[in-house]
Amino acid sequence: MSPTKSTGPIRVLIAKPGLDGHDRGAKVVARALRDAGMEVIYAGLRQTPEEIVDSAIEEDVRLIGLSILSGAHMALFPRVLALLKQKRASRIRVFAGGIIPDEDAKRLKKMGIRAIFGPGASLDEIVATARKLAGPVRS
Amino acid sequence: MSRRAASTPPVARRILQGDRQALARLITQVENRDPAALPAVRSLYPHSGKATVVGLTGPLGVGKSSLVNLLLGHLRRQGRSVGVVAVDPSSPFSGGSILGDRIRLERPPGDSDVFIRSMASRGHAGGVALATRETVRLLDAFGMDVVLVETVGSGQSDVEIHDVATTSVVVVVPHLGDEVQSLKAGLFEIADVFCVNKADLPGADAAARYLNEMTQLGGRNGGWRPAVVQTSTVGPKGIEELWTAVARHEAFLDSSGTRQELDRRRLTDEILGLVRERVDARLAEVFAREPELQSFLDRVVAREIDPHSVADRLVAEIRRSA
Ligand code: B12
Ligand SMILES: Nc1nc2c(ncn2[C@@H]2O[C@H](COP(=O)(O)OP(=O)(O)OP(=O)(O)O)[C@@H](O)[C@H]2O)c(=O)[nH]1
Ligand SMILES: [Mg+2]
Repeated sequence: MSPTKSTGPIRVLIAKPGLDGHDRGAKVVARALRDAGMEVIYAGLRQTPEEIVDSAIEEDVRLIGLSILSGAHMALFPRVLALLKQKRASRIRVFAGGIIPDEDAKRLKKMGIRAIFGPGASLDEIVATARKLAGPVRS
Repeated sequence: MSRRAASTPPVARRILQGDRQALARLITQVENRDPAALPAVRSLYPHSGKATVVGLTGPLGVGKSSLVNLLLGHLRRQGRSVGVVAVDPSSPFSGGSILGDRIRLERPPGDSDVFIRSMASRGHAGGVALATRETVRLLDAFGMDVVLVETVGSGQSDVEIHDVATTSVVVVVPHLGDEVQSLKAGLFEIADVFCVNKADLPGADAAARYLNEMTQLGGRNGGWRPAVVQTSTVGPKGIEELWTAVARHEAFLDSSGTRQELDRRRLTDEILGLVRERVDARLAEVFAREPELQSFLDRVVAREIDPHSVADRLVAEIRRSA
């Protein structure tokens, strides 16, 4: 451990909560973030909110990206936020994408989901948002 | 150096009390080579040295993560706590990485006797990351009985796991005939246990037989002959045998006195590495600071003096200012 760098790449957890099997979007986003120099922990399909939050804490990520196309977002996203709060890990920010109607998106943003992207969203925009949300690089 | 509670940094104290977030963040600092990690890392060192550290290495896709998952379950049923460090490569182009080993790891929710960490190699060759050894040590100090380390899907020269694990398991699959042959160099030599995974596929017996013949030839490791086991993670089959082979090797390390020898050799290497790092940093500092040395360089370029003389001069300079 020489006194060189004190900051590293942004670490992001990408997870698919619930029983939703659509994983193309999650994989495309994971690849885009990797190509932007981030370390992406890909947790894969069928994750419970508990598993997602435990993994995010162990991996010490700055961001959680949730992908969901099944329609269960109103049940699952608030649960992730609540668990983060309960475990005193609200410094970890959450953003998301998939099939999420505008009205739901609005409510979810009020609850604390930082950004939401739908079909056709630009990957450059997603990367830029991830960078912004990760904030000034923490040591 | 002192172990008095009063001098223990708060972060280290929290980790010893089981604070998972504190541990996770310290690991990040270690990965980032952040000097702020040093006080905690130092004060946790005396708490390490108890864990059984099992490395799983082998070519891409042979089933390392699947085996880690089943070993994890097996060990948890025995009541042992388990840490996992899973290493994946970083992209040489972007520096980013997709760490996917976690997909295969299942565990009961909220099980605080498990701690899993994914790690990018960050350009370090050898099959593990620079921070892997220190991370294993932190999980050890955290109280994990066993730490399982999965290397990147590795080629035959990726043998660094041997400097980290107390038992190295080399995983191969049937029908990797040529690849198994090529193991003769490198990976073959570091195996304490050979695991022929995907034994549900044809050819496993032949592969195991070949490995058994090979292990009869070599006498590395002060008399330990690598065990050969067959496993399948679909089924699953052979996981208990795999763990028994690991446990037998661990028992051998103790009964033969090899464990201490191994520890001393590794710690020597580690200390020398740390010294080298510090001397390098110091050297760069001195060289940048002394304009005089730059003029020496001009004279070397002009062939008036030789590089050896300047090197001697630099060493003297470091000693003087140390
Ligand atoms: C391909 C597809 C499938 C494939 C999935 C293959 C796979 N492995 O992914 C298959 C054929 C298996 C399938 C099955 C089903 N599907 Co389907 N499927 C689609 C389809 C046509 C495209 C989805 C896709 O892959 N898009 C390409 C990717 C790249 O885009 P994306 O996922 O939207 O991701 C982008 C953004 O959303 C965002 N994003 C996504 N995730 C994240 C995460 C983060 C962190 C961020 C920042 C951004 C982000 O960024 C991405 C890039 O722009 C959609 C329709 C549609 N137009 O979306 C229906 C759709 C999602 N499917 C649907 C349904 C109903 C089903 C089935 C239930 C059908 C059935 N009755 O059997 C099953 C269920 C399968 C399961 N187990 O869950 C419905 C969902 C309805 C709803 N939510 O109300 C849709 C919307 C079709 C429709 N209009 O009815 N499906
Ligand atoms: N038939 C069979 N397939 C297996 C077995 N074990 C693993 N697999 C499959 O092999 C593939 C790779 O398994 P992983 O456990 O991810 O292998 P890995 O060595 O960790 O892979 P990398 O980390 O990418 O090097 C998956 O599709 C598994 O389902 C086995 O015993 N039999
Ligand atoms: Mg793997």
